[in-house]
Amino acid sequence: MTRTLLAPVRALGRGTRVFTLAVGSWGSLVVDAVRALRWVQIWAPLTLRQMTRIGVDSVPIALFIAAFTGIVLALQASYTFTGAIPLYFVGVLVGKTMMLELGPVLTGLALSGRVGANISAEIGTMRVTEQIDALETLAYPPVAYLVVPRVIAGTIMFPLVTALAIAMGIVAGWITAIQLLELSTPEFVNGLKLFFLPFDVTYALIKATSFGFVVTSIGCHFGFNTKGGAEGVGRSTTGAVVASSMVILVLDAFWAVLLL
Amino acid sequence: MSIEIDGIHKAFGANQVLRGFSVEAREGETLVILGHSGSGKSVTIKHVVGLLQPDEGEVRVDGERVGGMDIEELFSLRRKVGFVFQFAALFDSMSVADNVAMGLRRMKEVSDEEREERVREALRVVDLVGFEDRAPSELSGGQRKRAGIARAIATRPGYLLYDEPTTGLDPITRAVVDRLINRMKDELGVTGIVITHDMESAFRVADRLAMLYEGKCRLEGTPDEFRNSEDPVVRAFIEGRPELMEEAE
Ligand SMILES: Nc1ncnc2c1ncn2[C@@H]1O[C@H](COP(=O)(O)OP(=O)(O)OP(=O)(O)O)[C@@H](O)[C@H]1O
Ligand SMILES: [Mg+2]
Repeated sequence: MTRTLLAPVRALGRGTRVFTLAVGSWGSLVVDAVRALRWVQIWAPLTLRQMTRIGVDSVPIALFIAAFTGIVLALQASYTFTGAIPLYFVGVLVGKTMMLELGPVLTGLALSGRVGANISAEIGTMRVTEQIDALETLAYPPVAYLVVPRVIAGTIMFPLVTALAIAMGIVAGWITAIQLLELSTPEFVNGLKLFFLPFDVTYALIKATSFGFVVTSIGCHFGFNTKGGAEGVGRSTTGAVVASSMVILVLDAFWAVLLL
Repeated sequence: MSIEIDGIHKAFGANQVLRGFSVEAREGETLVILGHSGSGKSVTIKHVVGLLQPDEGEVRVDGERVGGMDIEELFSLRRKVGFVFQFAALFDSMSVADNVAMGLRRMKEVSDEEREERVREALRVVDLVGFEDRAPSELSGGQRKRAGIARAIATRPGYLLYDEPTTGLDPITRAVVDRLINRMKDELGVTGIVITHDMESAFRVADRLAMLYEGKCRLEGTPDEFRNSEDPVVRAFIEGRPELMEEAE
């Protein structure tokens, strides 16, 4: 009787322990990565390639998502306003929402699928096939070789991709507004400018930078700790995507509380 | 220039793999380590380059304790030790030539021209000329294994650790690899540890042998001492007759 009652408590306790250990080992990987910065000649030549893979190659998917988000935002705004609010507020809503929330978060979530999964699968495969051990035997520090270039590339490229996504979303909203909503370009632009603060851009970029850091570092963490063959690689890939998506949403709320 | 493995214990969770294993590869000799599958041979040689740390005991290379080294000292140790992985462990994002060049890129004293020359030389030695631009995924198992050997010898290390270098090779290639191991020793004075299940190869390359059994050294000695051993565990292994062990129990 007491056993069955205690079971959920015990499960919760175990869950908390596993979670704390995971955060601890992610943290120590991050500390190792900071220490590994001293091997500039190892990570620097690899960083450009990762910036292409993580950033440039993610632009199409980010733009695709942003375009449709912009269209839907414009249509839903006009539907919601239904004459009660002047239609140029469509510009306000598209601009503000893309910048403050949907640009960074949707891009972050999409890239956690694309980039985070890719990183953890690649590093995880290297772990289970002993390629990481092989790096060590050839006198390479694996963290400098694998983790540092990816985390730097992600932290730099996520804000750039996000900026493009925001621009795309606004353009898509504008085209929708003038084509489908009987709004003129000056009206839409007025709406955009109405409540615009330069801080909105800073806020979006701070969020995107932090998302880039967590997606890549969590992907590396899951990859490095992969155990048990192909199945293990699958497990850590899923784990990386789930964990980084959750962290993105929590961080999103955190920045809102802290900065707004 | 010796490798001393001194009473090492190693467990993975509840799985106690090594229980005080001691063995020594003396300067300029080839030591063969024998043992059943899963007995901990690969685990043992990973301790030599600090990929694993023992729970107890220590490993010394050239008199230096591996456990006491900081990262820079470990790097300079690893530059002196070539490691041939059991499953090759080639970097699959790189061509064969780039794989072989990896260790050399970490050596400042090796110029670009010399690196290319050494890569060519290492691939020639393992008979992989013409495979420079192939991806590892385009190689057969035996070719991968030889590429792994080329990567380990390209840096001209003073020590070489071979984890089952001939498993899965045809008899001719096996003989070629055995000859290569002997050449590394005779011409370059390499101190080597070879893990193998293949008794023919073992006797072709060994100056001395050691048998790892239940986490400890069961017998360490010359090829003749092994051939003449009365120990049923040793005889069962080298003659491939499991019934000898059952009779002894
Ligand atoms: N990183 C690890 N984590 C957990 N267990 C491990 C690890 N590496 C090895 N083991 C375990 O240690 C034991 C010995 O493994 P090892 O690879 O050394 O065997 P081996 O003697 O090389 O066998 P084989 O001849 O089949 O290669 C096995 O039970 C294995 O499961
Ligand atoms: Mg093995």
